[in-house]
Formats: sequence, structure tokens, C-alpha cells
Amino acid sequence: MRRNGPLALVFHTFFVIVMVAPILVVCLVAFTPEGFLSLPTNGFSLRWFRAIANYPEFIHAFWVSLGLGALSSFVALLFAVPAALAIARYRFRGRDALAALFLSPLMIPHVVLGIAFLRFFTSAGLGGSFAALIIAHVIIVFPFALRLTLAAATGMDRTIEIAAVSLGAGGWTLFRRVTLPLILPGVISGWALAFIQSFDDLTMTVFLAAPGTETLPVRMFLYIQDNIDPLVTSVSACVIAVTMTALILLDRFYGLDRVLAGKSGDTGR
Amino acid sequence: MSAVAEEGSARAPWALTAPALMLFVGVLLIPLAMTVMLSFHDWGQYKGIEPVFILKNWHEIATDPYYAEMFWRTFRIAILTTLLTALLGAPEAYILNRMDGRWKSFFLLVILGPLLISVVARTLGWALLFGGNNGLVNKLLMSLGVMRSPIPFMFTETGMVVALAHVMMPFMVLSVWAALQRLDPQIENAAMSLGAGPGTTIRRIIMPQIMPGVLSGAIIVFSLSASAFATPAIIGGRRLKVAATLAYDEFLNTLNWPLGAAVATLLLVALVLIVVGSNALIERRYAEVFR
Repeated sequence: MRRNGPLALVFHTFFVIVMVAPILVVCLVAFTPEGFLSLPTNGFSLRWFRAIANYPEFIHAFWVSLGLGALSSFVALLFAVPAALAIARYRFRGRDALAALFLSPLMIPHVVLGIAFLRFFTSAGLGGSFAALIIAHVIIVFPFALRLTLAAATGMDRTIEIAAVSLGAGGWTLFRRVTLPLILPGVISGWALAFIQSFDDLTMTVFLAAPGTETLPVRMFLYIQDNIDPLVTSVSACVIAVTMTALILLDRFYGLDRVLAGKSGDTGR
Repeated sequence: MSAVAEEGSARAPWALTAPALMLFVGVLLIPLAMTVMLSFHDWGQYKGIEPVFILKNWHEIATDPYYAEMFWRTFRIAILTTLLTALLGAPEAYILNRMDGRWKSFFLLVILGPLLISVVARTLGWALLFGGNNGLVNKLLMSLGVMRSPIPFMFTETGMVVALAHVMMPFMVLSVWAALQRLDPQIENAAMSLGAGPGTTIRRIIMPQIMPGVLSGAIIVFSLSASAFATPAIIGGRRLKVAATLAYDEFLNTLNWPLGAAVATLLLVALVLIVVGSNALIERRYAEVFR
């Protein structure tokens, strides 16, 4: 393997700085002691983090996002795990079409999904409800839950199951005591990736959320539309911290390159 | 869940996928069909939505130059974003691939990590960096002598392209990086030993092999940029509309849902045609790579 030349390293440094700069600047401005947008040149202050406490709508939106992400990712797995087992193990007519259908939310622009769900749930009398948000998020996180579960189910050693069957295990016992523990790392990583996708979604959710069911990205977006002040940077810094934590856990647990490479493979249509 | 018995149970896979299938038909396919139908309904300021079959919205989009300009702007921004990510992302993936193991995984995390960080937070970062004529980006560019007078980034297409390229960059790096993994490093050494310089090696040996990766990355970046919402809405402001922000306006401000549905349907159809078409082209051109 040949080394990178000095020119390549200069390019690389520039590239990394540009990639990190916007995220870094948000986190830095969040610590400003001033009352306006500025980099914290006169020392760091937590005043804008304390200020979040005076805006209950941000805190409420945070809990909505957290509950929505956790619940919709869990519900998506309830549907995705059996579907993944079927797709991984059986060769049946319509298998490819089903897999394509289940991954299709990756291909449909979220703005189109938002409009479709808004129309659908308003006609069904569920407009702006938390239930509607859950169902919509189950659909958009489903491909991520399915992909990682599918990878685990495909790579699993089937002889252990055969051994369990020969020892008399069947049906539900086989699934609960043998299959599920074996695919669990994939299932948990699928949940984590699905959670991040749900937690970050703005484009679709902005159509569905009503006052009371606004998620954190929606609340932040509506706030930014009116004005940008240090408060929204401190909220963003908290969001970045939550995502980074999930990211590091995901990396330790499963390997980030595996998670993301799989993801790109599918968006790659 | 008779998972072990593969043959003999033709019903098992259908029983396992039935719940997900019903979910997708019920709350994905039906709502999408309803949206297409909605685009043919009538709407009036006082009468609201009238469920009749009428081509009014489609006629308006086809004849009013405002929509042609808006769709052209949407696709222009998407094309420029795609070019920018390809020009910067492909070399970076190549450099990344030649690094030592630990540095490689560290920088991969730094570059791919933003993919999972909230788009609102990332775009807010650009809004802070651009911030009027005294923004950090302008100060930096002027102190480096790249230009004399500040150029506006906020509420311009330039700003949208820069911010979108940042948001989409991880997809391009990932795609090229995946193509590089399939490349045999010995080929590069063989080219060197046969007397090819570094420039020739990159142009004649590396480029042709990573091209499928660049192109499939380009398709992802293009389709995501053309339907992007958060970045154009925050950087573009209320005046500079793209397809997604216009549909949002029709739905939540003007309340002309049928017209918004027509814009969304057109965006969906255009993107599906472009993506499927270019995928077919790439697969035909690079058939040997995909075999």
C-alpha cells in the first residue's frame, strides 16, 4: 500500500475541516456568554443551556421525539423480524418484490410521504395525533430495522437450530430460546439505527405534527424559521450529544462502517 | 415458526411476511394512491377540496412558468450538489482508503458520522458560518485572498449548494469507498512497475474502476438533493423555493392541497424516472463490473 503524498494530506485536512466546521460552530456558539450569536471568545458559559429550561416546548418536544423514536423502532421490529426471517430463509414467489416493497420508503422522497400521510390520517380522523406519528415513523424506519435484522438472520448458523429441534424444541420455544438470541445483535443495532432515523426526521414529520405532538427537529425548524439565536444552538448541541452517544454505542456494538455500508447499499437502488 | 423445515411449508414465508405486507399496503400504498388522486381534485379559497376529476392543477403546473422555473431551480441545485460531492468526495475516499488502519477508521467515523446527525443542526451550522456579509466563511475567503468582496451565501443558490453538498457528502464517500474495497491494490503496483506515473495510474487504472461507485453515489446524492427540504428551507428562506418547500407551502400555508399533491406527484415521478433510467444506463455501461 502506497502512502498519501503531501498534496493529498493537505486536501484531506481541508476536507475534514469543512466536514466538521458546521457541527463544531453550533457546539461552540452554544457556549457563548453573550446575548447574541457569537463565538465564545470571552470565556465559556452555560447560560444558554440553562435557558432551555424556560422553554417548556423544547423539553416537551424532546420527550415526544424520544418516545416516538423508541416506540416506532420497537413496533417496526415486531413487523420486521418475522419478515426478515422469511426473506432470509425461504425462496418463494414474490420474495424479491416483497423485499423491494419493504425497502421502498428509502426511495420515496420524505416530502411525498409526509403529504401522503397527512392526507391519509386527516381523512381517517387521526390528523396531528401521536398515533399517526407512530404509524408514519414505523414505515420510514422499517427499511433500517429490516436490513440489519436480515443481515443477522442470513449470517446465522442454522445447525444450532437443527440441534434444538432434534432435542425437542419447537415453534415459539425455538424462536425465543435459540433464534432470537442468535440474531439479537442485529436486532438491537437495527433498533438503534431506526431510532436515530426517527429521532432526526424533519421532512416527513413537519407535515404531521401539530402543537402538542411536535418533535424536537420540527420545533427547532419552526423556531429557526422565525429567528436564529444562541438558544437554538444549545438545543442543537444537546441533540448532537444524544446522536453522538448513540453513534458511539452503535460503533462499539456493531461497527459503524457495517451499519452505514449496508445503508448505502440500499439507498443505492 | 417452523424455521428449520424449509421445504414442504409453502405457506410459512407468507404467514411471516403477512403482517408487514398488510401494514405496507394499508398505510403506504393506499396513502400514496390517495395523493395521486388528490392531485386531480378541485380546490377553491372558500369551497375547500372538491372530490371531482379535473386536470386544473396539472394544467396550471404545465402552463405557469413559475413552476417550470421552480423545477429547473430544484434540479439545477441537485446537479451542482452532485458534481461538488463527486469532485471532492471521490478523491477523499481514495485518500482515506490509503491510510493506516487506525487513522482510516477514525476519519471514516468523522466523515460518515454527520450522516446520522440532525439535518437541522447541520444546516444551522452553515447558517451560522454564512451569516450575512460578515459571516466566518466570507471573512476566511477574503483573508485568504480568494476574493475581494463578500459574496452572499444566505438566501442564495450558492449557499444551498454548499450546505447540501455537506449534508450529502457522506453518501458519496461511502459509495466510492465501497467501490475501492473491490479494487485489487496489486493492480496499482503493477501499473507502477510497468512505468506508469501517479497521474497516469489514477487516470487509466483507478478512475475507470471506481466510476461505477461515483455514479451510483451520484444517483443517491441527486435524488436526495432534488427532494431535500430542511436545507433549502433554512438557507433559501421564504423566497427561493424548491419543489419540496413549495409543496410544504401549498399544504400548510396556502392550504391548496390538490396543487401541492400535484407538485409532489410530479417530483416523485420525475425522480423515479431519472433514477431508474440512469441505473439502467450505468448497469449497461459497466456490465462487467456488476457481473
